[in-house]
Amino acid sequence: MLSIKNLKVSVEGKPILNGLNLEVAEGEVHAIMGPNGSGKSTFASVIAGRDYFDIKEGEVKYLGKNLLEMSPEMRSKEGIFLGFQYPVEIPGVSMTNFMRAALNEKREHLGLKQLSGAEFIKIMEEKQELVNIQSKLTNRSVNEGFSGGEKKKNEIFQMALLEPKLSVLDETDSGLDIDALKIVANGVNYLKRKDNATILITHYQRLLDYIIPDFVHVLYDGKIVKSGGKELALELEEKGYEWIKEITNKE
Amino acid sequence: MQKDKNIINKFTEESDYKYGFYSDIETEIAPKGLTEETIHFISKKKNEPDFMLEFRLKAFRHWQTMKEPEWAHVKYQPINYQDISYYAAPKTKKPKHESIEDVDPELIETFNKLGIPLEEQKILSGVAVDAVMDSASIATTYKKKLAKEGIIFSSFSEALQEHPELIKKHIATVVPYTDNFFAALNSAVFSDGSFVYIPKGVSCPMDLSTYFRINSANTGQFERTLIVAEEGSYVSYLEGCTAPMRSENQLHAAVVEIIAHKNAEVKYSTVQNWYPGNKEGKGGIYNFVTKRGICKEENAKISWTQVETGSSVTWKYPSLILKGDNSKGEFFSVAVTNNKQQADTGTKMIHLGNNTKSSIISKGISAGFSNNSYRGLVKIGKNANNSRNFSQCDSLLLGDKCGAHTFPYIEAQNKSSIVEHEATTSKISEDQLFYCLQRGIEMDNAIGLIVNGYAKDVLKKLPMEFAVEAEKLLSISLEGSVG
Repeated sequence: MLSIKNLKVSVEGKPILNGLNLEVAEGEVHAIMGPNGSGKSTFASVIAGRDYFDIKEGEVKYLGKNLLEMSPEMRSKEGIFLGFQYPVEIPGVSMTNFMRAALNEKREHLGLKQLSGAEFIKIMEEKQELVNIQSKLTNRSVNEGFSGGEKKKNEIFQMALLEPKLSVLDETDSGLDIDALKIVANGVNYLKRKDNATILITHYQRLLDYIIPDFVHVLYDGKIVKSGGKELALELEEKGYEWIKEITNKE
Repeated sequence: MQKDKNIINKFTEESDYKYGFYSDIETEIAPKGLTEETIHFISKKKNEPDFMLEFRLKAFRHWQTMKEPEWAHVKYQPINYQDISYYAAPKTKKPKHESIEDVDPELIETFNKLGIPLEEQKILSGVAVDAVMDSASIATTYKKKLAKEGIIFSSFSEALQEHPELIKKHIATVVPYTDNFFAALNSAVFSDGSFVYIPKGVSCPMDLSTYFRINSANTGQFERTLIVAEEGSYVSYLEGCTAPMRSENQLHAAVVEIIAHKNAEVKYSTVQNWYPGNKEGKGGIYNFVTKRGICKEENAKISWTQVETGSSVTWKYPSLILKGDNSKGEFFSVAVTNNKQQADTGTKMIHLGNNTKSSIISKGISAGFSNNSYRGLVKIGKNANNSRNFSQCDSLLLGDKCGAHTFPYIEAQNKSSIVEHEATTSKISEDQLFYCLQRGIEMDNAIGLIVNGYAKDVLKKLPMEFAVEAEKLLSISLEGSVG
């Protein structure tokens, strides 16, 4: 589904990703872990199409297409979803209007008919239940006045509505208490299907107690320096990132 | 970063002005120029009573002694007042249309194209329309139905024939012809407009609206609207305006007067979409308008709601005099400028009575190379005990080549009164745009959403059908302005 080869990216002349390789197939859950400043969030932004990066080298194929040539909105319509680390507030725009616009643009792209207000509200109510988000949140403006936990839940709610093929969740666990973490994790697990994939970007092993990854990768200095199964996360938790830094620097 | 900047800077694309067409209608146009003869000509055309002609002439003589105001934060080429035609009216066989069947089908078609059907059965339920093309009113709908309630809703010219005493009693009592340069000009040459009279205790059963259309070239439009709400009455009034796309500027100088008596309430909503000129700033309407209402007696209430997206230059300050004790004034405004448009708009709230209250919410949105200014005066007279004003003026900038300015003036002469003013300036953030894009929402739609969200506090004050139109208009005005 996603194939990244030797991706090199810099921001204002400073290299951030230095030859990243990653293969993600349908049905898989990947976790990308790493210390601060290792390039995790840059990676997520590059996949979503944020454009203040210089792509120096490498290729990114998504469903056989050159992802780097697609506009951010086209990537979204083709099934890529980014769960933002810091979801932005859009005052005065109701969640309902916002998500109806999003879903209808995607449906137009897929050649499906537009949803009426009533049809949309029905779908929204179903998904709301799924991620356990209260209707009072959907009546409010996009993320405005939401607590940290509510914002993250709201990201998962949007993911449920858009039914993406590839979700990249950037530090979705940060700032969550244990109850909110469970709700977010349950949402992700519930939305998991054979034909979609998830990349979890996280700092801590904690989230991986609730979402079991098929693969764990360690990102350090802009490269994936170690990959393994879910046990790698536990090893990291125990030994810390210093251990990775040491073995990487030795090489 | 550079790429992001390009996205924001690419503001100058010409947005689609879908009302820019011209209708080929046989029109009677007065020769260019303005003299006392022109005024005699207009007055005679309209078969006006003598007092009206005298009023016009006094106004004209006064206007000749006045200078065009220069204090507004706008720049434009000087207007040659002798190079404008002051009267243009679609030619008709009958001087007055008894019913819609008498109206030239071409005219009806023009208004259909503008989305204003004049056949009553097709009209938005519950809205009566007075349609004005250039200098003349074409049709007024639902007149008979309204007359049953004692409500007068007609073109200004007709009202002068049928109710001269009412016009004589009220005209220029709120905006005297000496008020300002453009009001004096309007008083001299005004051609048509609407007259509304709501009798005592009557709540008008439908929204009343006037739709203004400039069609002819080289003419100005000078309409006059007068609304009188007697004790305990209520009316909601809407106005809309469009004009063809032309490379010359055209002048629109209107006067609106509202009089609200004891316990009466008037809501006045405007969606102003005159042709804004092209992206280089060529052409477009000069919209120099004087609007003022008076809450004459206690507990009267008047609110102005305006959505301003058109015109190349706007000079407009819908104001209120709160004379009656406990009277209330409101001003809600969204003003959008794109490309090279300039707007200097705001309000004046003059508190004279005790316990008078006013609220001002102004949302300015600037894009392209435009300049958008809020100018407002809050004046608390020395006898206006316990009066209150709250003002909130927000500016939103799209791009870094446009300007937003706020000129608030506060004159408080009474110690028991409270005046509050809040102002913010913000930029549409790239994070917000990217968030929308990532959810699959195209750039233009994303801007439309964000801007409509920003203006929501004002838009929700508009009557339902108007609000939907206004939301679309906001999005269209800024279409192509980013990315």
